Amino acid sequence: MKLSRRTALQLGGAAVGVSLLGLKPASAEPKKGGHFRLALSDANTSASMDPATFVAQFDQIGLRSTVYNTLTEVTATGEIIPELAESYEASPDAKVWTFRLRKGVQFHNGKELVADDVVASINHHRGGDSKSGAKAIVDPIVDLRAEDPYTVVFELDSGNADFPFVVNDYHLVIMQAKDGKADWQSGIGTGGYILKKWEAGVRVELERSPTYFKEGRAHFDQITIIAIADAAARQAALIAGEVDAINRVDLKTAHLLARNPGVVLEETSGTAHFAIPMHCNTAPFNDVNVRLALKYAIDRQAIVDTILLGHGTVGNDNPIAPANRYFDANLEQRVYDPDRARFHLKEAGLDTLSVKLSASDAAFAGALDTAVLYREHAAAAGIDIEVVQEPADGYWSNVWLKKPFAMSTWGGRPTEDGMFSLAYAAGAPWNESFWDNARFNELLLTARAELDEAKRREMYGEMQALVRDDGGTVIPAYQNFVDARSANLAREDAIGGNWDMDGFMAVERWWFA
Amino acid sequence: MHQLLGLILKRLGFGAITLLVISVIVFSAVEFLPGDLAQQVLGQSATEETVAAFRRELGLDQPSVTRYFIWLADVAHGDFGNSLANGQAVSGLIAQRFANTLFLAGYAAAIAVPIALILGVLAALTRRSLFDRLINILSLGAISMPEFFIAYIMVTLFALKFGWFSPLANVTPEMPLGTRLWATLLPALTLNLVVVAHMMRMTRASILSPMASPYIEMADLKGITPLRVVIRHALPNALAPIINVVALTLAYLVVGVVIVEVVFVYPGLGQLMVDSVAKRDMTVVQACCLIFALTYILLNLTADILAIATNPRLLHPK
Repeated sequence: MKLSRRTALQLGGAAVGVSLLGLKPASAEPKKGGHFRLALSDANTSASMDPATFVAQFDQIGLRSTVYNTLTEVTATGEIIPELAESYEASPDAKVWTFRLRKGVQFHNGKELVADDVVASINHHRGGDSKSGAKAIVDPIVDLRAEDPYTVVFELDSGNADFPFVVNDYHLVIMQAKDGKADWQSGIGTGGYILKKWEAGVRVELERSPTYFKEGRAHFDQITIIAIADAAARQAALIAGEVDAINRVDLKTAHLLARNPGVVLEETSGTAHFAIPMHCNTAPFNDVNVRLALKYAIDRQAIVDTILLGHGTVGNDNPIAPANRYFDANLEQRVYDPDRARFHLKEAGLDTLSVKLSASDAAFAGALDTAVLYREHAAAAGIDIEVVQEPADGYWSNVWLKKPFAMSTWGGRPTEDGMFSLAYAAGAPWNESFWDNARFNELLLTARAELDEAKRREMYGEMQALVRDDGGTVIPAYQNFVDARSANLAREDAIGGNWDMDGFMAVERWWFA
Repeated sequence: MHQLLGLILKRLGFGAITLLVISVIVFSAVEFLPGDLAQQVLGQSATEETVAAFRRELGLDQPSVTRYFIWLADVAHGDFGNSLANGQAVSGLIAQRFANTLFLAGYAAAIAVPIALILGVLAALTRRSLFDRLINILSLGAISMPEFFIAYIMVTLFALKFGWFSPLANVTPEMPLGTRLWATLLPALTLNLVVVAHMMRMTRASILSPMASPYIEMADLKGITPLRVVIRHALPNALAPIINVVALTLAYLVVGVVIVEVVFVYPGLGQLMVDSVAKRDMTVVQACCLIFALTYILLNLTADILAIATNPRLLHPK
């Protein structure tokens, strides 16, 4: 057909009409093909392929999001949908969960996925000999069994309405069962890509799986993931076109990188936040007025402007972020108020306060500077914070949970219950502030088992207020994820904010335009 | 010649003792570091239970002296064991990376040593001239800058601005030699800028010191050219210190280039060792340290032998 100018105009008009109707223009249709090269910081050359020890993004993206699947998936907009499961349902008390598996899902070696594989994979993290980072998460599972080849039943010790989110944890990938044990050594999964080469913390090479069960996902023919620890080297590699995407852009030079026409910055605000826990069982932090004084004595906006260079939002001493489902937007924003801090000190019967704050950049990049800024802010309220610089090496085992006032950080969790039971519930191993609030603990259990949305929202609202006003953690800021990609990559409109790189799923969701 | 052979054997014996002592020092140093492998691997997600399970699996719950002797017995049988962190054989983890480290060191040295010697001789020949001052200033300037800074400048100029090279030198074993040489040219040049100054200045100084001696004056008076004076008469007497500084430089190129590795994403031994120390992965740390120590011992031995071999007075003692 020969195009006249008029038909071209008509076609053009039609195309505009289509996109105005909300349908995607042709260029946004995912295309198969290409060799996706991704450079990640956060890798370790002594890492293992065992999902129990997944800790770095290199493992999380390089294996979990490519080679493996989990039972459920968190979409780019934060909803939970079945992945290897076809459907799932809970008993009315949310204590028994039945997952029906998708039929005909194949492992990369051709074996079909059955319930025994799921049981073995979850059991890999349970039991006394488990060294898994997910042990605390799977501990509430009292029993799990394969009802038939396509049905797995989980029994929990108490109701949990968010259980589908729990099995989405990045450790809980489904491997094939071999003699009743999960076989992680072979690197065979059900995911969109087949593992070709694994060099711990250096390079992963993957190839698209021809038998992948998901439609319209896993678009690249090949993926190479390399580790580049140095931020400048990572950005240089992206600018030179050696890689197509990088994580963790250096915030100080992000605006310079964005000037490059071939580069697109991907900035998402999720649940990641800085935390400064005080041990509520240790003087002087056992007095709620001291805690409040310290909470009023930090200038959150200054932390966002100086440490995050604007790539974040102010925190409200509440680990639940605006990205969470039950975030309470009506909770009043706490602001820097030295007079109010002095008032609370008086209430605590103190004229001045002198505390030590342990800090190291091992907690998060800029933790030490944050502590120094905090010291200056608090000085105006008559609080003397002595910043103790702790060694970065071994920070999480020697300082965190040990020193009564220290810097910490959380990637956040997709669910309120996940975050609260991890770091705020009494007796939780990572209750970093050793906070024990009876009302909060009671609400936590009730809300967890509650399947009614409105009631849950109300309970989680009250809990957020409790954490904010009584809790032992100063939360100065939510931190954005700032990644960068080449302009010739395309993605859907929504982008996941739960982790870096489109919720770790860029390898599956993105394509070359 | 017998004396030389005896010397080599004696030194190798001392070397073996040195390695044993080093392994004890390294083991205790890593033991003294707070935290162990189980805590480091699990990081923020460690609980007492999982740490204990991890320790049981790896035998970290045994006393450290026991663990040291178990390790030593294995090494005596030629088995460096498996990485505690990921269970892979240490030899497999290290072999490729050590080959890469040696390749880069060799490549850098192949460029740096001739350049340094030639520039040193030229500087000595033209001492106190503009040329002498210029290369002194330039090489001292290069050595004064931190190597990561030089590396970044190299990347900015040659990889990003002119686009001649890739900013990454992440070589793979399958890479053909030509491509590999091209890919690693930037890191090799960076290392050159760091190491040439030492060798060049030592060459210059060593040549200049006999230049005031009567036999050089004699050679001069015979009317032979200055270049010949330096090459035939001054250089042979100046070789020992030059060989020593070259050996030290080579050792540095093998063991001290982790920063250059990081900037250029070069898969060498340095990054593996740093990661392993951070994770308290004792078997890998020990193997890396022993390799590095052995490198120093062998290079020093070679330097001493060459110094003796090139000096007839030492070769034939009265």
